[in-house]
Amino acid sequence: MLKTESITLNLGPQHPSTHGVFRIKVELDGEAVRDLEPVMGYLHRGIEKISEDRTYVQVVPLTDRLDYICAMTNNQAYAMAVEKMAGIKVPERAEYIRVIMAEFTRIINHLLAVGFLWNELGAYFTPLLYCYRERERILDLFEKTCGSRLTCNYIRPGGVSLDLPEGFIPEAKKLTSHLKTFTDELNTMLTKNEIFISRTVDVGILPADLAINSSITGPMLRASGVPYDIRKVDNYSIYDRFDFDVPTCDHGDVWDRYYQHILEIYQSIRILEQALDTIPDGKVMGRRASRSLRRPPKDEAYGRIESPKGELGFYVVGDGSKNPYRLRIRPPSMINLSALKEMCEGQKIQDLIVILGSVNIVLGEVDR
Amino acid sequence: MPKVTNDEILAKLKEKYPDAVVDVPELIDFTVAVKSEALFDVGVFLRDECGLDYIADLTAVDRPERFEVVYHLYSIIDETTAPFVLKVYLEDKENPVLASVTPLWQGANFQECEVYDLMGIHFEGHPDLKRILLWEGFPGHPLRKDFEDRTFSFKELEPTRPTDPDKV
Amino acid sequence: MEFLKDLFVNIGLWFSGWLTGFMPAWGVEVVTGFLGAIILVFIGLFAVLILTWGERKVIGRMQDRIGPNRWGPYGLFQPIADGIKMLTKEDIIPTGADRWVHLVAPILVIIPAVLIYAVIPFGDGLRGADLNIGILYIVALSTIGTISILMAGWSSNNKYSLLGAFRAVAQLITYEIPLVLSIITVVLLTGSMSMVEIVENQTVPYMVSMPLVFLVFMVAASAELYRAPFDMIEADSELIAGYFTEYSGMKFVMFFMAEYINLLAMSGVIVTLFMGGWRFFGLEEILPFLNPFIFFAKCAFVIFLFWWTRATFPRIRIDHMLGMAWKALVPIALVNLLLVGLVDKLVEGTLLTSGVLLIVNIIEMVILLAILDKVGGKTRAKTMERVAAQQG
Repeated sequence: MLKTESITLNLGPQHPSTHGVFRIKVELDGEAVRDLEPVMGYLHRGIEKISEDRTYVQVVPLTDRLDYICAMTNNQAYAMAVEKMAGIKVPERAEYIRVIMAEFTRIINHLLAVGFLWNELGAYFTPLLYCYRERERILDLFEKTCGSRLTCNYIRPGGVSLDLPEGFIPEAKKLTSHLKTFTDELNTMLTKNEIFISRTVDVGILPADLAINSSITGPMLRASGVPYDIRKVDNYSIYDRFDFDVPTCDHGDVWDRYYQHILEIYQSIRILEQALDTIPDGKVMGRRASRSLRRPPKDEAYGRIESPKGELGFYVVGDGSKNPYRLRIRPPSMINLSALKEMCEGQKIQDLIVILGSVNIVLGEVDR
Repeated sequence: MPKVTNDEILAKLKEKYPDAVVDVPELIDFTVAVKSEALFDVGVFLRDECGLDYIADLTAVDRPERFEVVYHLYSIIDETTAPFVLKVYLEDKENPVLASVTPLWQGANFQECEVYDLMGIHFEGHPDLKRILLWEGFPGHPLRKDFEDRTFSFKELEPTRPTDPDKV
Repeated sequence: MEFLKDLFVNIGLWFSGWLTGFMPAWGVEVVTGFLGAIILVFIGLFAVLILTWGERKVIGRMQDRIGPNRWGPYGLFQPIADGIKMLTKEDIIPTGADRWVHLVAPILVIIPAVLIYAVIPFGDGLRGADLNIGILYIVALSTIGTISILMAGWSSNNKYSLLGAFRAVAQLITYEIPLVLSIITVVLLTGSMSMVEIVENQTVPYMVSMPLVFLVFMVAASAELYRAPFDMIEADSELIAGYFTEYSGMKFVMFFMAEYINLLAMSGVIVTLFMGGWRFFGLEEILPFLNPFIFFAKCAFVIFLFWWTRATFPRIRIDHMLGMAWKALVPIALVNLLLVGLVDKLVEGTLLTSGVLLIVNIIEMVILLAILDKVGGKTRAKTMERVAAQQG
């Protein structure tokens, strides 16, 4: 009787396609994946523990280092959780700036998600580098605003640290319309590629009920057909003032997750256009913010936002002192991996890489 | 399913499990503390009958007198805005044990591992409870308040090797 | 002026004539043969330098960047710098590796790659040897390369390498068949296996008269070369570097060089078989010394096609790749063989044959596409519908 042995392959922690130091223990039957187990923790820096020794404002730079390509939304999520706990009001202009920055960040993330997915499909960097080029333009704007490109440390509890620089609005408007053309171009070039379709359609299907049960959020959940967007559900910040849709796809395979990103870029551009048109003048930092953070209430709050990767939540427990008693980060990247095994079982090893790429994790956030 | 408010859920919960609710603390988010023995039943009830199908966040807080395990529950179907915060007080600080909710919400899987790893709370019924962020053999659980804040020697931080060489 | 007309051939004749002045006939044979071999090997090595630079530059431009530009004019010396870097790297043999096999594999991979150049005619009279089974020789050599890849993958004691080697063998077995079938088509039409005669018979390049055969051969050749989109054996996003993951320093360079030597060799074969070799609308008659330049210009065009696909296409999946060979390429190649044989038998006259062949090829292409669409296109049609619905 012919018997084949399965191979155990340690994919990572040093591997070009695991987006960092992530390991997957894969049980292979020839080329097919029989079983897998994600192993994480290689980038654990103990941000939750470090935060307990820092004041509320000092935690903001740490949040930059979570999902290091979406620093702005990390700042915003933390700031919103702290504001909710300490009851701080944010000036209107600051809210607008936050929305603008968050949507730009979302575009960055989605462009990179598309680019890296194609890289993992073996397109040898070409789509990725074009996405990178557009990302650089956005990062230039960030640099102009807060002096930093990646670790922005810009959105603070109470508002934002600085007002927008001169000429930001027209430049951002120009960039927004340019991004729209670029996304059109990306869509035309990539979406209907024959090899791409054959590689991604019906690969790594994630059914909606499993997605909900596994707490999967963000573009991944919406690609499975659940129109759940915290921007619409919670209407946090000032998202109720803008007119935008929550696009969904309905099969939940890799192609849908790819296309979901493209669709969401269009919605972000819509929000940006409206926000840039209607941004009011005024202060950008609440007057009493720093005072109330020196003696915050003995209370706890869970604040969440729709970060580009999913629900990013911060659970802040205050004990009345100037440090948080406990800070819990709810990382979307890590929890989106919950259903990786179900998605990959029975697929080829080439598909495993693509599925992981479509989950779009950032290890700084997975391991914290 | 019609949208149910957190108050209604609490009322239903009190009706169904009169002994389970221990405390309803006054906090920003709507919080209900239940008995640790009743957690799994309450979880089943909340998921199946109150529509709280989504466990956003699962974590633990180390209070001086007890551990608090915190569950932030939402409903994706009903699109609830305010979290239903379920708390469990674990008075036994030496050997904290709690029922796992992973069979109910798969999304709790990694988060329970993380709580076990960093806070040292055992979850009974978890399919594969392991240290997820730190390695096997790490001394202590860092997120506890009594975690020793000092430099560790390399020998102390040595990972314990798995016994079966074929496993890795 | 007569001398200039066929510069390279005359240099050779002059040189052997000079040697006969003070050498016995067998000595001349040995010296010219030896020098010829050295020149052929150096063509391969020089190709590596130019092609690595060119690939990086061309793909760089396609990706909206400059490519190497630091060392030398237009970064031309970059490959030399890379070579020096590679030479100074540590040579690592992994623990548990099959030592001898591990050491022999990189040597074995480069030998067949260089040997192919022996039979490629670079110009009229410019060739290593005019074997009368030249094309068979090439097919045989390209198989040896795969054995060395399997050796490298097996001996490295690394699972990525092993998987890469598995894929290499599966790919070779699959794509050898359409490759050889389309070669047979050409041989059938020419009536000879000699590379020189194949070129001399192409008044109309076979690429023009038999576009379908050319397409099949191009696809099979890019699979044979393990180039994108068939680069599964070294798929950098899955298998890190495939079969040579564990190789470092000079041994890595051997694999790297073999890849590029093979690339030029295979494009030489394509040019010879389908694009009329050194011939270019009678120009080769007027200025014979241009022959090798015409040949290499055509090679450059073919190589550019390979680079282009590398920069623009995602990698195909292994089961799709095998399915494509068995379900599409092999039947197409077989039908081609049948039709070309029929046309060759029924139609007289070179130009007329070419015309009829072209028409037959086009009709065949249309019919085959319709059949393939009908047979394999159901799921695809469904997908496309879905894609279109989503986009609309």
